[in-house]
Amino acid sequence: MLFLIEDAINGILMGSIYGLTALGLTVIFGVLKVINFAHGSLLMVSMYAAYWTVALTGWHPYLALVIVAPAMFVFGYYLQDIVIKPIFKAEQDVREPITVIIVTTGVWYILDNLTLLLFGPQYRTLQDNPLRGRMLEIGQMLISVPKLWGFAAAVLTASGLYLFFQKTRLGRAVRATSLDRQAASLMGINQYKVYNIAFGIGTATAGIAAVTLVPFYNVFPTVGVLFDIKGFIIVVLGGLGSIGGALLGGIIIGLIESVGPQFMTATWTEAIVYGLFLLVLFVKPSGLFGVRYDW
Amino acid sequence: MSFLEVKHLDVFYGDVQVIFDLSMHVDEGEVVSIIGGNGAGKSTLLKALSGLVPPRSGEILFQGRALHRAPPEEIVEEGIVHVPEGRRLFSLMSVKDNLIVGAYNRRADAVKDRTLGEVYELFPRLKEREAQMALTLSGGEQQMVAIGRGLMAKPRLLMLDEPSLGLAPILVKSIFDTLKKIAQAGTTVLLVEQDVKHSLSLSHRGYVLEHGRIVLEGPAADLLNDPHVKTAYLGL
Ligand SMILES: Nc1ncnc2c1ncn2[C@@H]1O[C@H](COP(=O)(O)OP(=O)(O)OP(=O)(O)O)[C@@H](O)[C@H]1O
Ligand SMILES: [Mg+2]
Repeated sequence: MLFLIEDAINGILMGSIYGLTALGLTVIFGVLKVINFAHGSLLMVSMYAAYWTVALTGWHPYLALVIVAPAMFVFGYYLQDIVIKPIFKAEQDVREPITVIIVTTGVWYILDNLTLLLFGPQYRTLQDNPLRGRMLEIGQMLISVPKLWGFAAAVLTASGLYLFFQKTRLGRAVRATSLDRQAASLMGINQYKVYNIAFGIGTATAGIAAVTLVPFYNVFPTVGVLFDIKGFIIVVLGGLGSIGGALLGGIIIGLIESVGPQFMTATWTEAIVYGLFLLVLFVKPSGLFGVRYDW
Repeated sequence: MSFLEVKHLDVFYGDVQVIFDLSMHVDEGEVVSIIGGNGAGKSTLLKALSGLVPPRSGEILFQGRALHRAPPEEIVEEGIVHVPEGRRLFSLMSVKDNLIVGAYNRRADAVKDRTLGEVYELFPRLKEREAQMALTLSGGEQQMVAIGRGLMAKPRLLMLDEPSLGLAPILVKSIFDTLKKIAQAGTTVLLVEQDVKHSLSLSHRGYVLEHGRIVLEGPAADLLNDPHVKTAYLGL
């Protein structure tokens, strides 16, 4: 029984980190109505950025945040502005422009292969890392410390995004644009700038996720793919565009992955994850926490 | 020089021309109506003026400034505010957030709290409903939000596209009463309407638009008595 609770707690913690990696995906989809297939690659790039920041400066791993999050915001902002926006303009009247999806897939390939070229295929782990393997002992239970911090980062990031979208002038403008981009431009909102900002925010959250992952996760050129697939499942489970949904969707997956193996072989837990994914698509395509009226 | 001066405007959707060599003007403080049947190009004209559909050729001058190449956000900043056909509210946002987004432009943002008070005074119903999602409002209430959202932008020229569309007669009257109040408060209004009688009786002047061309213009009282307007638009 104690094992089960311990697994459940660690599953919730890891799941919230999955949710954190998927937050950017859901934000970008919510605003641009485009699945960003490059999201996992942006997470991977963020992980390399975090890794090298720590490796080169010798800072505490979490201090990398002050460099990685803003750098990834700028990267995402200009990726959208320079690469994606021209295609958006060409497909102005389309609600879910498919060519944009193809372009994000291209970005994914380019980033992954560029990283392979630059840094090679080897797995990298932070040396002398004060967080690796750190455990918190509660009675007889062991809770991973870096995952606990990851959980805190996920909750704080999600709450911060929620408050930003609800309470700030820019956040309201982003929401308005996501609901009706033409009406939003009649309010004086520059929709393309909003897209840049949304893309920047989505990429910056990948940066936050990367900083929390690097202390206990290997860095390698295709690391993003793992999180990409989980991310898609999470945002569909939680409801595309829903911030709280992404967090809860992540936690559901984390729980299935951690508690499941107590009762079955690990391959079965994956089958359950995909089964749940399909079930939600069939029964409630707007996701468990999505809004039915719109995406 | 008029407040708004439109010269030889041509507007296209792709290869299809919808507005032909259109010239018109609006003076400061005026209420001007544009009337015309379905598909005449009334909405397209407003979209050209607000920058949603940039004109192929011609000029749009507002207070002497050329705006025919400006993007919508710059035109709003200049004070031309377009309340679109079909309300186009931000469906999943609250009434209050819809109104506040209306004040997004820098000029309006600085005074948005005061303007919000004025809008609530004009539409007390919206104050009661401020926390409700726009989607759940009745048609009349949605139109109030659409107009209120336009006012939040601090318009110098308020352009309304069929504000009475789809409303019960009693609500139509109250919407026109509201427009009268807005005009009397000093806002210049360009009104597109199919309810010709109501709109012309509110207006100083009017233009009749048919197949993308202005076929008739003049003081509203004259248009109301014009035989063509009477048969084609007033059903007399
Ligand atoms: N996005 C578009 N693409 C192509 N053609 C369009 C588009 N919008 C309008 N049109 C065409 O332009 C013409 C004028 O349309 P517009 O909406 O301006 O008319 P309107 O006078 O506002 O009509 P209504 O009274 O029905 O609102 C119509 O023939 C219409 O089919
Ligand atoms: Mg129209």
